[in-house]
Amino acid sequence: MLLLTCPCCGVTAEETEFANGGEAHLKRFGPGSTDDEFDAYMFSRKNPRGVHFERWRHAYGCGKWFIAARCTVTLEVFATYPAQTTEPPAEVVATIKARRPEWEGFA
Amino acid sequence: MKRYSVFAIAREALRQHAGWERAWASPSPRARYDVVIVGAGGHGLATAYYLGKNHGITNVAVLDKGWLGGGNTGRNTTIIRSNYLQDPSAAIYEKSRALYETLSQDLNYNIMFSPRGVMMLAQTEHEVRGYLRTERANALQGVDTRFITPREVKRLVPIIRLDGPRYPVLGALWQERAGTARHDAVAWGYARACSAMGMHIIQNCAVTGVESAGGQVTAVHTTQGSIGCGKLGIVVAGHSGALADMAGFRLPVESVALQALVSEPIKPCMDVVVMANTVHGYMSQSDKGEMVIGGGADHFNNYTQRGSWQHVEETVRALVETFPMLSRLKMLRQWGGIVDMTGDRSPIISKTPLSGCFINCGWGTGGFKAIPGSGWAMAELMAKGESPLAEAFSLTRFREGRFIDESVAAGVAH
Repeated sequence: MLLLTCPCCGVTAEETEFANGGEAHLKRFGPGSTDDEFDAYMFSRKNPRGVHFERWRHAYGCGKWFIAARCTVTLEVFATYPAQTTEPPAEVVATIKARRPEWEGFA
Repeated sequence: MKRYSVFAIAREALRQHAGWERAWASPSPRARYDVVIVGAGGHGLATAYYLGKNHGITNVAVLDKGWLGGGNTGRNTTIIRSNYLQDPSAAIYEKSRALYETLSQDLNYNIMFSPRGVMMLAQTEHEVRGYLRTERANALQGVDTRFITPREVKRLVPIIRLDGPRYPVLGALWQERAGTARHDAVAWGYARACSAMGMHIIQNCAVTGVESAGGQVTAVHTTQGSIGCGKLGIVVAGHSGALADMAGFRLPVESVALQALVSEPIKPCMDVVVMANTVHGYMSQSDKGEMVIGGGADHFNNYTQRGSWQHVEETVRALVETFPMLSRLKMLRQWGGIVDMTGDRSPIISKTPLSGCFINCGWGTGGFKAIPGSGWAMAELMAKGESPLAEAFSLTRFREGRFIDESVAAGVAH
């Protein structure tokens, strides 16, 4: 059972209060992009064994979307942060680096 | 390889069972094979078996990072059925079910196939309509299914409660020739047959990298050294993403945990498989008497091989409502497996961007039933470069919009 803290309302709750929204920080490719770009944006996922950035919604709380950095092997939640960003904030990257020195970084 | 038979049992009984040989060899890897299969689960071993049996390719190695059949092959709820809605799915799952019928004889290994019948309960009006549609689709596909009334459901499953307060049983889609098999035995039987054909099954050999030259796969790096290969088959279910990453491409697959649990053994009370997709639960009784129960998958990416607690609670709560006699049962064990889910809940059996490298993955929550058919199609694809059974399941179907949408057809519990 995951324990997540919503960065929007500050409530810490079990995973049943949240809804998972899949991989975070996807760059959208719309009309005008190539087939390869659109295919990759639409379907291909990193699905990493280790550090993963994913979207969550506080479905049974404030209803806001946010992003969680989590390890898919140990289920450790490194940090949660608001969704209004295109890449993980520096302090989140530092937190993960401290916990997982072998991590290659966000790419 | 000595054949297993009633005479073999009699012969061994007379000499303290000293003559049984090892079912498969544990060789050291050679420097090069024509074909290397990564993943010695059911699908990987079946691929190797049909490469040898149907296409005469026996210079094959099957690598596994752990022990054979130790992943999802040993973690599923052993249900075999083929009542799918879409034509390509019905074709491959029905091929698979048909192969299961004679698999014990083909492999000379008792896989304990039990065609006890699978019943998918309709507990809402939507489900009734959905299953009536599936029944007609199945009739056109040559899959023998029938929509049955609540009375017939009760006759087949006396322990069921038809008039539950929330989800009464309104009928069921019944496939009489579906059933269960012993999951470990499927892996063991294929392994023994592969070993007998001279193939190498190399356990405790994790793949750490894929080598290529000029866009053509040439070797895999493993914890037991580098192994050259003419063709490479990746058949690793939940870990497909990691292997694809090594081979230099990404997949439309996400790995999540699916879990199952078994109760303490009780006297025989239910001799069919019952699936209740509206309430996310399915159940059968094993030969040992345990009630084998499966439920829904977690929704977040996960490699831990254990599931979230609330899904156990959800599944058991739903089943108790439909089978009130279960309420006093104690649960013995609970476990999880990592399943690779695609967007349309259908598998991928395909060539990849890397020439000579093939992938078989995305079976999601329903891989066990597909083992023989999947191996058959994958072997044909690897040997000939094309396979009618596999054609619709190519990796390119996503960008081309040719989805095989089974998430709607089968609810959640595949």
